[in-house]
Order: sequence, then C-alpha cells, then structure tokens
Amino acid sequence: MNSLHGLGGANLDLIVLLPVWVLTATACLLMLVNMTPRRAGSNLSALIALLGLALAGTATWLHRGITRPLFNQMFVLDGFTTYFTLLFVGIAFVAVLLSWDYLKRTALEHGEFYALIAFSTLGMIFMAAANDLMMIFVGLELMSIPLYILAAFRKNRFESNEAGLKYFLLGAFATGFLLYGMALIYGTTGTTNLSKIGSYLLGSPITSTPLFIIGSLLLLVGFAFKVSLVPFHMWTPDAYEGAPTTATAFMSAGAKAAGFAGLLRVGMGALPTVMPDWTHLLTVLAILTMTIGNVTAILQSNLKRMLAYSSIAHAGYVLLGVIAGGPDGYSAVLFYLAVYSVMNLGAFGIVSLMGRGTDERVRVQDMAGVGFRRPWMGIAMAVFMLGLAGIPPTAGFLGKFYLFRAALAEGHLTLVIIAVLNSVIAVYYYLRPVVVMYMTQPEGESLEISPAIPATIAIVSLIVLTFALGVAPTALAEAALQSVLSVFH
Amino acid sequence: MTLLGIPILTLLIVLPIVGGLVVALLPKSAESQAKHVAFAIALLEFAASIPLWFGYQPGGPAFQFVENLPWIPGIGASWHLGIDGLSIFLVLLTTALSALAILGSFSAIHERTRAYYMLLLMLEGAMIGTFLALDMVVFYFFWEAMLVPMYLLIGVWGGQERIRAAVKFFLYTMAGSVLMLVAILWIYFLHFQQTGTYTTDLLQLYQTNVPLGAQTWLFLAFAVAFAIKVPMWPFHTWLPLAHVEAPTAGSVILAAVLLKMGTYGFMRFAMPLFPNAAYAMAPVINLLAVIGIIYGALVAMVQPDLKKLVAYSSVSHLGFCMLGMFAFNSPGWAGSLMQMINHGISTGALFLLVGVIYERRHTRLIAEFGGLWKVIPVYSAIFMVVMLSSIGLPGTNGFIGEFLVLLGAFQMPDNRIWAILAATGVILSACYMLWMYQRVIFGTITNAANEALKDLTPREVAVFIPLLALIFWIGLFPNPILTRMQPSIDYQLEFIRTRALDQREHAARQAIGALLPAPGVQATTGTGAPR
Repeated sequence: MNSLHGLGGANLDLIVLLPVWVLTATACLLMLVNMTPRRAGSNLSALIALLGLALAGTATWLHRGITRPLFNQMFVLDGFTTYFTLLFVGIAFVAVLLSWDYLKRTALEHGEFYALIAFSTLGMIFMAAANDLMMIFVGLELMSIPLYILAAFRKNRFESNEAGLKYFLLGAFATGFLLYGMALIYGTTGTTNLSKIGSYLLGSPITSTPLFIIGSLLLLVGFAFKVSLVPFHMWTPDAYEGAPTTATAFMSAGAKAAGFAGLLRVGMGALPTVMPDWTHLLTVLAILTMTIGNVTAILQSNLKRMLAYSSIAHAGYVLLGVIAGGPDGYSAVLFYLAVYSVMNLGAFGIVSLMGRGTDERVRVQDMAGVGFRRPWMGIAMAVFMLGLAGIPPTAGFLGKFYLFRAALAEGHLTLVIIAVLNSVIAVYYYLRPVVVMYMTQPEGESLEISPAIPATIAIVSLIVLTFALGVAPTALAEAALQSVLSVFH
Repeated sequence: MTLLGIPILTLLIVLPIVGGLVVALLPKSAESQAKHVAFAIALLEFAASIPLWFGYQPGGPAFQFVENLPWIPGIGASWHLGIDGLSIFLVLLTTALSALAILGSFSAIHERTRAYYMLLLMLEGAMIGTFLALDMVVFYFFWEAMLVPMYLLIGVWGGQERIRAAVKFFLYTMAGSVLMLVAILWIYFLHFQQTGTYTTDLLQLYQTNVPLGAQTWLFLAFAVAFAIKVPMWPFHTWLPLAHVEAPTAGSVILAAVLLKMGTYGFMRFAMPLFPNAAYAMAPVINLLAVIGIIYGALVAMVQPDLKKLVAYSSVSHLGFCMLGMFAFNSPGWAGSLMQMINHGISTGALFLLVGVIYERRHTRLIAEFGGLWKVIPVYSAIFMVVMLSSIGLPGTNGFIGEFLVLLGAFQMPDNRIWAILAATGVILSACYMLWMYQRVIFGTITNAANEALKDLTPREVAVFIPLLALIFWIGLFPNPILTRMQPSIDYQLEFIRTRALDQREHAARQAIGALLPAPGVQATTGTGAPR
C-alpha cells in the first residue's frame, strides 16, 4: 500500500474514497430499482444491498493502513476511520441478512428499507471519518434521518408511528443542541476544523470562558442523546420497541457505535485538553446510565424493551473507556463497541425470528420451552444473553475486562466497582430469557419460529465471533489500539 | 509431558469440552446412547489424568507438567498451567468423581440426556481449568465459565424449586467474584507500577509488594469470592437450596469439586498474594469456620430431608478445611487438603446414595424410611461405610483429615480454643449421622412402600466400589498422598511466611523513606491507587 502514497493528488482521494462511492451508488440504485415493477417476493433489493456492502467492505479492507486527510481536511482517512467503516459495513451487512426474510414475513418488503440502511451507514462512516464539526453534523443527520424513517417503517402499527415520531422529535432536539454547541465553539475558536480547534485550545484561556464551556457541554448533550446516556435516553425504549426488529438491531448497534465514534473524534481531535475536565461529569453520567439502564431492564417483560434498556446500560460501560482516555481507554471503547454490536445484533436477530407471519412475538414469556424444542435457537439466544452479561468464554467478558482495566489504570476505582456490581444486576435479567427458554413450559400454544437461511447464516457467524473474540481477542484488540494510535499521531 | 502430542494439562481441559460437544451433536436417535458416550469420554479423561499420579515427582515443591504460552500479550495474560502437591489431588478427584457422577446418572436422567451429559462434561473441563490455572485471567475465566453449566444442570434437571436455586447459585457466586476481578486488576497494576511489566501470571504477581493497608481490602475481595464458594458461614445460604434442588450428579459435583475451588482459592491465591492480611484476618476466619462447623452440624441434626442433612454436613466439614488452613502450619494444611479430598469422596458418595434411594421412592424424607437393612442389605452396608467415613472413624479416610486439622490447630497456642470447639463438631457429626442412619436403616419397616425396594444393581455397585476402595485406601495408607502433598505445602507455607516479612520490611522502608527523603530512595505512595 505504501506505493500508493507516492501518487498523491485528487485521483488518489477518489480511489481511497471508494467505499463511500460504492455505498452512495448502492443506496441510489436501490431507490431506483424500487420504482421498477417487480414481482412480489423479489430478492433483488436485498442482493444489491449485500453486494454493495460487500464491495464497500472489501474496498475499505484493501485501503487499510492509509492515513491521509481529504477534502481540505474535512474528512480524514486513517486507522480509526477504517476500523469503524468495517464495523458499520459489517453491522449493515448483518442487518440486511436478518431483514431478508423478516421483511417479507411481516409484509414490510419495500426496497426503501435497504436504501435507508445504506444511507444511514454512509452517515455513520462520515461521523467516524469527520475532522470537522460540519462534517460530523452532516454525518449525524445522514445517519439519523433514515433511522427515524426506519423506526416508523411499520406504518400500519400505532407503536411504530409513535416510535418514529418520538425518535424524530427528540432526535431533532438533540441535533439542535449539537448544532448550537458547534456554533458556540466556532464562535469562540474561529474554526470548525477539529485539529485546528485542538491546537487553538492548547494553552488557550478560552476553555474557561462560559461561552466555550456551554458550547462544549451542548455538544456533549447532543452525543449523549445519540448514544442514549441517562438522562437523555427517553426515546430509546420506545424507538427500539416500535421499529421493525431488524431495524432495531441495526440502530442499536450502528447508531451507538457511530455516536461514540463522533464523540471520540471530537474528544481526541478537538478537545483533548478539555476531556479531563469532563471526567466528573462523565463519571456521573456513566453511573446513572449503567444503574438506571440495568435496574429498569429488570422490570421489562418485553424483550425489545429489555434489550433497549440493556443497550443503555452498555453505553454506560463504554463511557468507562471514554473517561479513562488515552490509547488504552479509547481502544477499549473500540473493542467493546465491536463486541457489543456482535452480541446485540445476535440478540435482536433471534427476536426477529419469533412469531409467524405478521404476528410478532416479543415478550420474554413467549420464549417458554423454546430451548429444547428449538435447540439451536435456544443455544444462540443463551450465548448472546450470557455474552451481553459478560460471562466467559464469550467476548462480552474480555470486552468488559479491557474497559475495567483501562478505567482502573487511571485510578477510577469507585467507578469500576459500581460497574462490576452493575454487571451482577445485569446477569439477573439476562438470565431470564435463559430460564424461560430452558426451565419453563409455555402456558398456551408454544412459540412459532420463522427460520430463514440468510438470518441463520448471520446468527451463526455472530455466535462464532462471540466465542472467537472471547478466546482470541488479540487481533481485534490490536486493530483497535492501532486505530486509536493512528489518530493520536 | 505430552500425550498423543498434546500437552497433558491442556488435553485434560480440552478433552471433556470437546467430548461435551460430541455428545451434544449426537443424532436425536442416539438420545438413549448419550450416557454411554459420555461415560466413555469421562473414563478416557480419567485415564488421561492417571499419568499425573505416576509422572508427578514427589521430591520438590516446583510446579510440574508446566505449560506456558502467551495468550493475550496485550494485557500480559498467558496460558500458564501447572500442577503441584496442592492441586494434583483435586484434579484427580475431579476426573474420578465426574466419571462416577455420570455413571450414577444412567437411570436418573431420561429427558434431554444429550444436553445433560454435555453440560456435565463441559463443567468438568472448566473445573479442571480452574485448578490448573497459574494465570489470574485464565483462572477467572474458568471460574466464571463454570457457573453456566452448573446453573443449567440445577435449573433444568432439578427439583421443585430449581429455578430459584439455580438463579440464586449464579447470582451469589457472581456477586462474590466480580469484586475479586477488581482486586485482580488492582494487584496487576500494582505489579506494573513496581516492575514495569504488565502480567497476570500468578507466580510473578506473588512477588508484588502489596501495601499493608490495601492488602486487607484486596484480601477481603478475594476472600468473599472464595468464602461464598466454600461456603463459610454466613455465606452458605445458597448451598442447601442448590444441593437439594440439583439432580444427583449435580449435587455430587457441587459437593465433591465445586466447593473445593473456594478452599483451594484461599491456598493458591488469597493467602500467598496477601499474606499479611491473611495472618491478620486469621482470627475472624477461624471464628467463622468454627461457627460453621458447629452450626452446620446442629442444623444438619434437625433436617427431615436426607439431602439437606448432607448439605449442612458439608458446611460443617468445610469449616474444618478452613480451620486447618488458617493454622498456618504443616499438619493444618495437610489436614485441610486431606479433608477436601475426603469430603469429596464421602459426601459425593452420600449424595449418590441418597440419589439411589430417591430414584426408587421419589422421596428423601427420613421419616419415610426405616428398616431398610432387611430389604436392601448391600445398600445399607455401603451406606454404613460411607457414613462412618464421613464421621471420621479411624481406618477410614475421614479420620486422617480431621485429625490433622485438629492437630494443626491445637499446635498454635492462639487456635487451641478453636480446636477444642471444633472437636465438639466431630462429636456432633457422629450424632447426626448415626441418628440419621439409625432412622433410615435400622428398626422395623414402618412404611409398606419400602418392602418392595430393590437392592443396588451391578451398575450402581460399580459406582460405589471405587469410592469404598478410596475410603479404605486413604484411611489406611495415606502416605502416598501425604508425601506428594508435603513438599508443596511446606514450600507454600514458608513462602507465605517470608513474603509476609518481606512485605512488612518493604512497607517499613517506604515509611522511613517517606520520612527522610534521602537521594536515591524513591518515595512512592504506599496506599494510593496504582497508576
């Protein structure tokens, strides 16, 4: 790849941006294809989406190791961008596989679904690659607006409409906060470029002026909404519950990872001098997020809502790495986001298989007796639940281990103790589906399952990854570390 | 040492786990054959563990059969396994009891047998991993992983209250061990601060100079995790529930092996890592141990349910292990280790015996039985031997352990009072065991349902013969075992003693250094957070 460095110029810019082109083309193509008349049950849209994502992923992989700023330093290609691009493309790929049969069975088969996923993925990539506040804003909007539509995609269902509207309104608020914060930071530093803000703030007294402090806090609030930190989490359970299950899988993994990617970009690029001042604030947020997320999850009888609250709690764990900072802390964040995405996609993937036809089953109780009647499904769900609970030999354990290690290295003992106690609370509700699946019998008729080949492929791969990363994490952990180091240098 | 080209300790961990997968993947039509396959795998595993006994060099304290490969270099974790006089017998106990527990389940489990035997085998692999681990991350990995199969065994194949028992078992153990994880990380950073290398290797972490103030907290974090597992009074409440609800094989494994992880954890981890705290906390632990001995015995006495009686007797017996260990002397430790092995054999056998009778009558209430001697003499005879070994009759294995524990405790002037009190526990154990035996076996048949009881089948006799052989062998010729233990025990005790002194000296130096900051003396903070 080094030979490419010598070429320089705009041509190379276009080549290394191949993943972005491919995804844009895929999304547009999907929109067009959807306008042509096709027979019902056509697989064309899903296939195009898969192909596009696979191409984008391959292109990203081939250009890994290249570090260069693009477009007047608005967009930066480095290890961090590559890591997240691969993660987002992977998440979208799995989401498409899960949706393939799910959309048909729930009568939601419209080509826009895949186009929206492709656009949203593009937005996530922009967020991770942004080196400019404006770029982050564009990425955030490009990611969020398709998600609002996806949340409301079950247009005949009341709760889906509610989900879309709630997500949209609260999301719009959050974007407002974010934009206001950006404006204030621009007003105080005179630039929207992250690196320039960073160097401007170095040793500048501006960081203690009210305007700047308010600006940076508003920025934080905007991100807190997107990754659903308590008390900015109110939209999460409703949006996750109302959205089509595979869209929930996509947003719970992708949007959260993208939110943290944006936060880290700002944190590492623009505000490294300010991050230490945020420690106390983030600590409080982390404690609230973990505890309220976990305790509320215990009370849920709806699997999607339970997983929604659990995903809130996971954002709290991830904050531990953000608080710890430094290469170890940030790489723990990257590692955990990947691991969490794998397990959460799997859990929602299983939920998407429950029920038959448009009759979807999402209560914990619905899983009664599934464990032995559908052994593979039982094992899969158990693996993802124990993984999210952080029990070895799943990747969830090592993910938490890296986070706790990073936080303790910076001396955050109390925070780590609260986090480990929280993971005991979490075990309680993650065990419930396992208890219901294996230790109880259904009261009425037993749960119908709609197995599908693409979803099965996805879930089996996720199980393999959950174990593989749980016993051999080195490759991913090393990649995460190198990605973070590529930003620091 | 390798077997079939695979390092033997890794093989011992991997074989049952792969075997479990094999059992799980058997076709549905082979459901009734799963037990045979599982037993064959367990026998193979036991055969693979025999070279440990013959290949073990009893002369020295060093770890043997050592394997040390990098596992997660980024955090300094290594696949470091080894065996010494402390762990060898626990591993052998695990391989032997697992095979017998599987053989003993043949007629008890009829539903979902593939899953059942898969979980038993995977549990075996995780337990062996816990005993072999010489790396804190590897240890913690297996320690937690082991919860899942046990939880499912109790929850799926257990009795009426199985769900509550399973969840309580999981949450109790998990709650205890997460703080241990924090403590592991703490000492990991402390070690880094002192040496500049990140490692989770136990033998290197042993060399850490833990500040005396922090030591108490770290010791407590470890001690709570282990005390829950042992279980020590007052952390024992999960045990009777789990024991009563678990299927027979689950109870056997729970009593014979799982509880030993707690006591072994003290010997291998908590005491050598934090020797000063261990010395300081000894009176508290001894007090709790003696309370456990007497309380367990008294509660066992009034139990109407056979399984509950045996469960509470475990609380009492494990109290002896703790008492011997915290005497910090050679007979105490030897007794403690012997008591661990003996409790595994005797209580494992007792649970199997209760399981046999439960299979036939579907009740475990003492009041339902009586006069069994006339109907099922072979069963009654075996029951008597096992019961006497549990009491600790001379000539049986139980005697050696209890005697050495009391001897060890009595040799320490401070512990003499505990030894005297604990001796009453021996008497009490004779009371509840003999009384139970009398009510179940002797007398006239009061319940007509017992008249048709069938005596042991050849398969069941085959389960008990090895256990009876062990009871007498250890009871009459304990020397082959003691000589293999002794060097490691002496080494570990001496190590704890010298480390305690070293750490105090280190702390004193630091205190002086802080008072007189001379050039060249580094005045690092003694009690602050490791950074």
